[in-house]
Amino acid sequence: MVVDDIIVSLRDVTKKFHTLEGETEAIKDLSLDVRRGEFVTIVGPSGCGKTTLLSLISGLIKPSRGEILLNGEKINGTSGNVGYMLQEDHLFKWRTILQNVYIGLEIKGAMTPENKKRTELLLDKYGLGEFKNHYPHQLSGGMRQRVALIRTLAVDPDILLLDEPFAALDYQTRLKVSDDIAAIIKREAKTAIMVTHDIAEAISMADRVVVLSKRPAEVKTIHDIVLSCEERTPIKCREAPEFRIYFNRIWKELDVHV
Amino acid sequence: MYNGSSLMNQNTDGSSGHISKEHREFLEQVRRNRIYVRVTQIALLILFFVVWEAAARSGIIDPFITSQPSRMFKTFIGLHNNGSLYMHIGYTLAETIGGFVSGTILGIVIAIVLWWSEFIAQVLDPYLVVLNSLPKIALGPIILVWIGAGAPAIITMALIISLIVTIIGVYNGFKQVDEDKIKLLKTFGATKFQVMQKVMLPASISTIVSAMKINVGLAWVGVIVGEFLVSKAGLGYLIVYGGQVFKLDLVMTSVIILAVLAALMYQFVSWVEGKLVKWQ
Repeated sequence: MVVDDIIVSLRDVTKKFHTLEGETEAIKDLSLDVRRGEFVTIVGPSGCGKTTLLSLISGLIKPSRGEILLNGEKINGTSGNVGYMLQEDHLFKWRTILQNVYIGLEIKGAMTPENKKRTELLLDKYGLGEFKNHYPHQLSGGMRQRVALIRTLAVDPDILLLDEPFAALDYQTRLKVSDDIAAIIKREAKTAIMVTHDIAEAISMADRVVVLSKRPAEVKTIHDIVLSCEERTPIKCREAPEFRIYFNRIWKELDVHV
Repeated sequence: MYNGSSLMNQNTDGSSGHISKEHREFLEQVRRNRIYVRVTQIALLILFFVVWEAAARSGIIDPFITSQPSRMFKTFIGLHNNGSLYMHIGYTLAETIGGFVSGTILGIVIAIVLWWSEFIAQVLDPYLVVLNSLPKIALGPIILVWIGAGAPAIITMALIISLIVTIIGVYNGFKQVDEDKIKLLKTFGATKFQVMQKVMLPASISTIVSAMKINVGLAWVGVIVGEFLVSKAGLGYLIVYGGQVFKLDLVMTSVIILAVLAALMYQFVSWVEGKLVKWQ
């Protein structure tokens, strides 16, 4: 990999939150590089500042110290070049599926015929074409999460941020949807950073797994995931012999005490 | 591969051609129950007027004080014949709609301002609480003095009565909109105006409609109170005038017309709600 291929770069990022009760340091001197086209998952103890990290990269909040570069430029506020996917699909119930996936284009003032066409084709491509004129409540949870992904893809973002995107789904749906989502992201050749608390999910989807420490979060370790499975789909990957080794190693690092 | 079960369910609900015998019986029973309720409702209404009429005729109650349906009907025809009925209804209706519409719109606008500026919201909070608990009718005489006796004062009365409730209701509705939905739009680079336009308002439609439903009733209260005070024309005027000259027929007739109009207006708002909330 050439150095130029780094799409997101966090340099000594610190984030503090202030409340009346005092000051909380959520992230401390965190540095991380993400390469173009890479799928990075971030795991860490609960409440360690994983979501804060994504909010920082998206430009929703500013770091207290340090800087974050996107395509070599310092992030200053939300740019719309970042696609954010949340725990719930947050489809707007008053909009049809097609109107829902158009929302990003509307906000960016990019409702051109080409963009609309491209977005519609994305729906067709990922099996949602016939539901264009349906309302969200008529779709299953898994389908809705796919629509949510296409909504972020519609604006053609440089990077996708996924904040526990499957947490609201039941286990079976979750496996299926993580397969679908991973396939879509791979096919669209997007860079993705996903936060999860599910170690198996993290390993099965990622090129690299970043383990964070307790709050204030620092990078504890980074694992390059190399799995010997024929098809690199999350479900198949779980059967790879190395899977368990990664799992145990990360599990120990997370040092979970109940 | 793709699960469309929720769609399948919708299609099989009732609309399919072959319904089982049990299901047909069930539907029939639901339908019959609905008819029973409706018939009883109508019977109750008729019974009420019949008993009223009979009691008045047989001297059990004094129609001079209680009026009676036949006399009310005569009064109604009389008002109809001399044309004043429609003049009074027109006045009251126009004032109510004026107060209702302006109260609702102004309330929503102020709620938007409060959402826009957290500072203004914090500053105005105690004033809103006080104004909300103040019986607005007490402001009637002040409004009369300031605006002058006439339709504008009555409309203002209706507006003020519904304004604060609308502000508080709609503003609370805005605050209940999921933070993550706003976050989502912000990641696309949405401006505050876009957040309002794309999420806050559409997500608050049901809050706004329920505020409107309350406002319909409140606007009527404001208008009738206003007409009591100003008294030149309108149903409120008829009621006050009828009371003063002890023409209970006129009072009762006006009250019933008022009830019908208020119910119709409420139905209209419900109809609008159905049009707005078409996604459910």
